[in-house]
Amino acid sequence: MSDAENKNSNRDQMSQSQSQSATGDTGFVKKATPESLLSRYKRSAGAFDELLKANGEIFPHYARLFGELEEFGATELARRADACQRFVHEHGITYNVYGDPRGMERPWQLDPIPFVIAPEEWRLLETGLIQRATLLNKILADCYGAQELIRSRWLSPALVFGQPDFLRPCHGIKIPGDTFLHFYAADLSRSPDGRWFVVSDRTQIPTGAGYALANRLVTSRILPEAFRDNHVHRLAGFFLAAQNSLAQLAPRQAERARVVMLTPGPHNETYFEQAYLARYLGYMLVEGQDLTVRDNHVFLKTLSGLERVDVILRRVDDDFCDPLELINNSILGVPGLVEAVRAGNVVMANALGSGLVQSPAFMSFLPGLCDHLLGEKIKLPSVATWWCGQKAAREHVLKNLGRLVVKPAFRTHFKIAEAERDELKRRIEFDPDLFVAQERVELSTAPTWQKNSLTAQPVSLRVFLVADGKGGYCLMPGGLARVSPDSDGKFISMQRGGSSKDTWIPSATPVEELTLLHGGNQNTELRRTGNNLPSRLADNFFWLGRYSERADATSRLLRSALLRFNPERAGGARPLLAPLLQTLEIQGQLPGISTKPELWANAEAFEAELLAAIFDPERAGSLRQTAEQLQRLAMLVRDRTSNDMWRVLSQIDDRLATPPPKQVMLAGDAVGVLNQTLMGLAAFHGLARENMTRAQAWRFLDMGLRLERAMYLCTLLDATLRSSEAENPSLLEAILEVVDSSITFRSRYNLLPTIPAVYDLVLLDDKNPRSVLFQIKQLVKHFDKLPKERSDTASPGKTILENCLSRLERVDARELASPSANWQESALAATIREILRALPQLSDAIAASYFAHSAISRTGRGEM
Amino acid sequence: MNYHITHRTLYEYAAPVSVSHHVARLEPLVTATQSRESFSLQIFPEPALRKARTDYFGNQLCFFAIQEIHSKLEIITSSRVTVSPKNSSQNESTAPWESVAEMFRDPVSPEVVDAYQFVFDSPQVRASQELAEYARESFGKDTPLLVGARDLTRRIFEDFKFDPRATNVATPLEEVWVKRRGVCQDFAHFGIACLRSLGLPARYVSGYLRTHPPAGKPRLVGADASHAWFRIFCPDTGWVDFDPTNNVQPAEEHIIVAYGRDYGDVSPVAGILTGGGAHEVKVSVDVEPLE
Repeated sequence: MSDAENKNSNRDQMSQSQSQSATGDTGFVKKATPESLLSRYKRSAGAFDELLKANGEIFPHYARLFGELEEFGATELARRADACQRFVHEHGITYNVYGDPRGMERPWQLDPIPFVIAPEEWRLLETGLIQRATLLNKILADCYGAQELIRSRWLSPALVFGQPDFLRPCHGIKIPGDTFLHFYAADLSRSPDGRWFVVSDRTQIPTGAGYALANRLVTSRILPEAFRDNHVHRLAGFFLAAQNSLAQLAPRQAERARVVMLTPGPHNETYFEQAYLARYLGYMLVEGQDLTVRDNHVFLKTLSGLERVDVILRRVDDDFCDPLELINNSILGVPGLVEAVRAGNVVMANALGSGLVQSPAFMSFLPGLCDHLLGEKIKLPSVATWWCGQKAAREHVLKNLGRLVVKPAFRTHFKIAEAERDELKRRIEFDPDLFVAQERVELSTAPTWQKNSLTAQPVSLRVFLVADGKGGYCLMPGGLARVSPDSDGKFISMQRGGSSKDTWIPSATPVEELTLLHGGNQNTELRRTGNNLPSRLADNFFWLGRYSERADATSRLLRSALLRFNPERAGGARPLLAPLLQTLEIQGQLPGISTKPELWANAEAFEAELLAAIFDPERAGSLRQTAEQLQRLAMLVRDRTSNDMWRVLSQIDDRLATPPPKQVMLAGDAVGVLNQTLMGLAAFHGLARENMTRAQAWRFLDMGLRLERAMYLCTLLDATLRSSEAENPSLLEAILEVVDSSITFRSRYNLLPTIPAVYDLVLLDDKNPRSVLFQIKQLVKHFDKLPKERSDTASPGKTILENCLSRLERVDARELASPSANWQESALAATIREILRALPQLSDAIAASYFAHSAISRTGRGEM
Repeated sequence: MNYHITHRTLYEYAAPVSVSHHVARLEPLVTATQSRESFSLQIFPEPALRKARTDYFGNQLCFFAIQEIHSKLEIITSSRVTVSPKNSSQNESTAPWESVAEMFRDPVSPEVVDAYQFVFDSPQVRASQELAEYARESFGKDTPLLVGARDLTRRIFEDFKFDPRATNVATPLEEVWVKRRGVCQDFAHFGIACLRSLGLPARYVSGYLRTHPPAGKPRLVGADASHAWFRIFCPDTGWVDFDPTNNVQPAEEHIIVAYGRDYGDVSPVAGILTGGGAHEVKVSVDVEPLE
């Protein structure tokens, strides 16, 4: 692992996890075993095997790797395979499955055995792929420009005009350097005779480079000796080229030219990769709503105002990028973007419209187009493809329907798999342009670790190219090898449970190590501010803070209630528990509990009610739901938080999601879970406090936390004063426990708790980090550091806070100290209630000043 | 025939709009039979940015952005246009429709590549075998192309009921077909879908129609409306217009503003607003014939 590949992933955290596994498992031990790993490895009869020649010999480029694997033996390899899974989990490498709310964030599948390609073979692939990228780019430039290829019949017009991916509003836009494809990916597979060919082209959004990088990170760590000894080519150079290429595109060649990555959001299947790459490349990950067009330039909406954007690396399909000129029902894009691109004020990578040549129908035209446009024979063949829009091809397809794989020619809504052959025939004949047919692909097989042995599994390889900014392309020396889950290799799809591999291109000599940390020779401009937090993220951090504290307060209240609940005399406990339960009722965890007096007569039902407030995922406001919200919010800010914070929150959710079966769930078990939850939250808050820089993200997180804490605390203090047992020391003990101030209290007062002493400690003592006054003072400090909207007027939030502060400071210690017969009507109670009223207003004021998401609406798909 | 056309569009928003971006296609086209003496486009409030250009189909469009907070938007155009009579070829003497459809099967000859764009499905118009069957009643074996088109126009006029309440701009064509009701936009789309289902190129036209006051009554100012119809590509004469809403072949009383594959390519005013909430739109069109 080079430094370069390490950049921006939390390095402390990585070396820590490495040392953990090293100390825990006494390191990786090489041990020879008598039984060869390959004794049970079987070449499949019909396919090319990547590891073994037909005569059973190992291919030379795999020899060194397998020499070392054989030295390990099966036991050691199994241990490394475990480490592989653990790394994947610890680095939070995941992907999402569409349409499956429970399937969000599935762990990425990585096979520990890398896919190795001989360097001389790789060089041939490289020239073929560069030629292909150059060719596809030229085709795009013509289709969006002169359209000579159509007029001179090199390209069938239907392929362009009939394709939804031909974006007419983008025709004629001047593209810098005529580079449409800044990134290009291709899926390759190897036929039984050993030749490589292209199965599909990726020009719209070539995904997977980030997963290739993540695979490299893990694989180089679990097989460090083999990685070193094979002199594996590093991936960093590819990403460095990508950075340079994008930087050159900026219309504003200023030092602060800004590149952002545009994401469709956390539900996208490759969101992990987007966040990972954005971090690695040093780009901000933004959603369409974070951007706005003003004066025909694109700006990022940040807390401190609008900041210009120069280059957009998009992970949003091009037709979704501008609801004004492209698909009209998209909310993912930025209104006015196309016009800003047209004016040359912002550059999109890949260019809008690039999805056009992704259609498999183009494949059958490529050999001719290559001759015509580049004056060369095509070097890397495509899988045999017939586009039914051509008469001869159509006839061939209709005659061979059983043998061929029929696919939609264009990105489209219909599915073919379900159609009967006769139905398919009819549809092809009615609208032939919409169909292509391809030869069935026979994938090669590679050694894969499955169930503690090596088996030959079908693989395909996705490779990645980036425009070098000088009219050429640079191939990533490696790629994303994907392994089919079934041995017949029908499907290769992470969505269907496939796995993946790192891809190694070994070198005879040590390879150059590059780093992204020093992108150029210019001096680094030191920056201490982080004023560029998008408002949307500020909003998410604020709520992350609120929900984390909500989970904390809820756990504490429920724990105290469970500990105090005695089934033997349920009714007797009622007055003492009432303020705790009332707080949970008001805050939404135990809705309507005060209207269910029957619960007090039935200890089991009462306990069930409390347990539901902890574990029930369907119940609004339950701790479980709060934990899910927390995880959701953490995902939204994932590119801004450390892996540790993420992991802590996942664990909290996991724990609540897997309670013991209901019948054996005891109150005691639940208290245990609550204790663990509180430890997890303490870890989260500790990480936030100790590890986040005091920039805006942290500030909004902490503001959310303070506000929520004050809210729960005031609710509890108010409910207590309303209780008939307000002065009961047992009740006051419970408050001290919830507020985690029992120890402080006992160190100060050698007596039973009284209202004046307790309220002084938890309401007015600004040295107590759990007191109300402490929260308010922290909030005031935060407000003073926030960017001001207008300097001449005090912000509404600040005014609210100052009122709270002066109310608290006016509480008369003497009044507090003198016994009161009617606490409910006291000035103290009035103060608490006033703060309770003010806090939600404060939250609204913060939202109005800093988050302000205006809904987008549209007019005028016209009027007749 | 000379016309002075005034077209006002007023949007009133329930909530203030902080930024809006719009594309307007309101400027009458210049064609072989239509000239444009003058055109003006006024926008209130004054846009921060305004750019005129020609779109992919050759229409004049105006892109504009308003960056001040506003709660209404008014767009007023004023045009002077002269429409001359089309050299009316005889529908009967046009080529059989099958031979025209054959020209648009691969490989397509370069001369008709531009027209070829209008054979394909577009976002709001999908060809289907069902519509092909409907169209074949007008396009029997060897029917001259424009005879078939004229008959299709008549049948749409007779089979469909004009009903502004039955559809809106978002109503899919399939629903128009089931209800047999709609407005000019729906009938134009339907005609286009039928023609494309036969493999014939057809375009959507947006524009204006001169209206005649009832006999003896004065012409009402502002009572006219935007209008839409379709045109079909005829190899002998180029594009020929048909208006299924009125069952006519447009001559001197149809003024062309823009054409495209369907309504989505040519909507007169489209906009995306930040804020705004619900909105109301008032449109008034006045087509005044000049002597």
